[in-house]
Amino acid sequence: MAVTAGSKVLNNVEAVRETLYEAMKNDDRTVILGEDVGARGNVFLITKDFINEFGPERVIDTPIAEASIVGIAIGMAMEGLRPIAEIQFADFIYPAFNQIVGEAAKTRYRSNGEYTCPLVIRTPYGGGVRGALSHSVSIEALFYHVPGLKIVAPAFPADVKGLLNAAIDDPDPVLFLEHKKTYRLIKGEVPEGHYTIPLGKANVLKEGKQLTVVSYGLYVHWALEAAKKLEDEGMSVEVIDLRSIRPMDKTAILNSVEKTRKLLIIHEDNKFGGIGAEISAMVAEEALFSLDGPIRRLCAPDVPAMGYAEPLEHEYMSSPEKMADAMRELVRF
Amino acid sequence: MATTITMPQLGETVTEGTVSQWLKKVGDTVEKYEPFLEVSTDKVNAEVPAPVTGVIKEVLVKEGDTVPIGTAIAVIEEVGAAKSEPSAPSQPAQSSQPTAAAEDRFSPGVQVASANGNGHARSENVVPSSYGASGGLAQPMDAAGMEEALRKASPAVRKLAREHHIDIRSIRGSGANGRVTADDVLTAASMGPAAAVGQAIATGTNFGATPPPSFAPSRPSTPGTPPPSGTSTYGEPIPGTTIPLTQARRIIAERMVESKHTAPHAWSMVSIDVTNVWKWRAREKDRFERETGYKLTLLPFFMRAVVESLSVFPLMNAKFTPDGIYVNKDVNVGIAIGLATNLVVPVVKNADQLSIKGLAIAAGELIDKARRGKLGADDLAGGTFTVNNNGANGSWASAPIINAGQAGIVTMETVEKKLLVQDDDSFAPRYVMNSCLSLDHRVVDGYVASGFLADLKKRLEKMGPAGAL
Repeated sequence: MAVTAGSKVLNNVEAVRETLYEAMKNDDRTVILGEDVGARGNVFLITKDFINEFGPERVIDTPIAEASIVGIAIGMAMEGLRPIAEIQFADFIYPAFNQIVGEAAKTRYRSNGEYTCPLVIRTPYGGGVRGALSHSVSIEALFYHVPGLKIVAPAFPADVKGLLNAAIDDPDPVLFLEHKKTYRLIKGEVPEGHYTIPLGKANVLKEGKQLTVVSYGLYVHWALEAAKKLEDEGMSVEVIDLRSIRPMDKTAILNSVEKTRKLLIIHEDNKFGGIGAEISAMVAEEALFSLDGPIRRLCAPDVPAMGYAEPLEHEYMSSPEKMADAMRELVRF
Repeated sequence: MATTITMPQLGETVTEGTVSQWLKKVGDTVEKYEPFLEVSTDKVNAEVPAPVTGVIKEVLVKEGDTVPIGTAIAVIEEVGAAKSEPSAPSQPAQSSQPTAAAEDRFSPGVQVASANGNGHARSENVVPSSYGASGGLAQPMDAAGMEEALRKASPAVRKLAREHHIDIRSIRGSGANGRVTADDVLTAASMGPAAAVGQAIATGTNFGATPPPSFAPSRPSTPGTPPPSGTSTYGEPIPGTTIPLTQARRIIAERMVESKHTAPHAWSMVSIDVTNVWKWRAREKDRFERETGYKLTLLPFFMRAVVESLSVFPLMNAKFTPDGIYVNKDVNVGIAIGLATNLVVPVVKNADQLSIKGLAIAAGELIDKARRGKLGADDLAGGTFTVNNNGANGSWASAPIINAGQAGIVTMETVEKKLLVQDDDSFAPRYVMNSCLSLDHRVVDGYVASGFLADLKKRLEKMGPAGAL
């Protein structure tokens, strides 16, 4: 990979690490707290050695108590610190649900604007890593119903850094979702220094004429792969990386669908009531007369969790091949 | 039998591994589960056990090299199967197979799959097969196919067809199962209207039941090119050419001549102060549209007054027959609706039994059906009197032709705001509308007709400005 001056090639883990490091370095108010973030340096080594440089008061090893992690972070945020709370795996976030939904998301509204909650909750999510029941979950649909909470799910290292910086700068709570499988799989150029990418802005990764594909996280990479394959077959598919799930970039989606007239939404989370359902409804409401085919969703089946057995995991997960099949079918519809 | 060993995945997020040390070399024997190399990743160092018992036949990756997960790193010849098969992994053959299968699966019959596999399928796929190189229509679709095409048309196709004045039924679809796609409509539009029209005509589209498509050319024909024979266009007439008659046009012409020649028309007009009705409608129209989905126009108010007047003057709801004047039992009011290329007169049955609201909904349904070309024979039959709301474009007076078999037709002309002298000699700005009546002089004379018009005027002027619809 050719590296532009002022940037370097990082994978997603390194991009998170670098962004957190710079945030700790540049702003004394920044605090990192979570399970194993200190002495152990995070299970993916994201915060390795942070505790030695910034001390145990700013890099806090917490008990295994997610409600407390978020609850304490909310208090810190309301009183002027810039906490970055970590939920070790998204599968463990449920005990913190009340703190996130009932408290953090409503702080500004409840206090009539007197308090805000500048809190970032980072958590690795997603499957395809043989993580089985408790290391594979996607949680975005559980939280995207909640006004007052922003949700970000970047796919590329440069977006990881720009969006994590934006999340840290944001005066309100942001749930920052990092797809585990992309951690070391995806590498890319990342500009040096502090920069932000606005929350709520999608990225058109590949332009196309016959079909719009909207995705986020790991599946963006596979969708891109499938779309490029279809390009060889003479089909023109546009791929949009949502990047932010909420706020959602409606304009980017609508503009694209008005051009291609067909829409496929791909996500790893379950189909029923998922992000795709919201996008479908929005497009049906606002672009009905642009549609030249059914809106389709390619998502996980409605089973309680991803199995450990490889065939079960394959069945649950999509793949570039499954995506290409769905794309072909819609282009030809 | 030779077993190919690949770089294992050591950790959930690990994508590559480095061979730090080979614990066995080529020719060494390994037991199943015996560690035979060390791999390091950015997370762990681990010894990798042999999956089979055998002899190390090949080492494919040097110590210190980093390769992605799944890369072949060694080959072990299993003990007891020393006869070597070709050691080259059979992977290339395997990996090409699904691709070929996928190609196959996604090549529907209509598509000419290119033999070189490098897919120029798109051109086959996108250009509608009905348009050959010469730009003419290929096989005509049967009527059922045409209706199916219409039924399956997506919102985008319907919208584009409307915008380009193209009948979806005239297009041969290139989509799955012959579905007409948005691109098909645009292709048809870019080819001009001529290609598409003949087909609808050829299948004998009936006037009324399924109005023929309207085709406004999106561009004029190339100068010097004679209009294609057997086709007909409306919209931009080309000077110096004859537009062939459509079925609908022919029927309209015949009926007009028949009526005008057999029924001696007489004509009368009144001026009606509709201020109160106007205000009533203005007050109700938003709520009405919200509740029913139909626009509330002046038409149902007018129709209500007409049916009330008809009950007082039953001779206006009659028809001339050789045996005598037949006075209709039912009051079925036709509404004249001008479409781009023809005129339809759907009928509100038993209109005297409907309230203003009921009339508005019944008329709204018919107008909607007419615009969508969905009127059935039932909708068009049985009219006993006709209302023609032709004031929308500002007409101030008109002399309509009676629908054959009826005694009269009454018009609603444009509504204008005028300064009127009131009974007490004051001046007042009022909304005023003319209403014109053509009558079949064989059925009624001026005495009845002017009585009917005066009654209609009185009823409309008494309506509103409030009340239940």
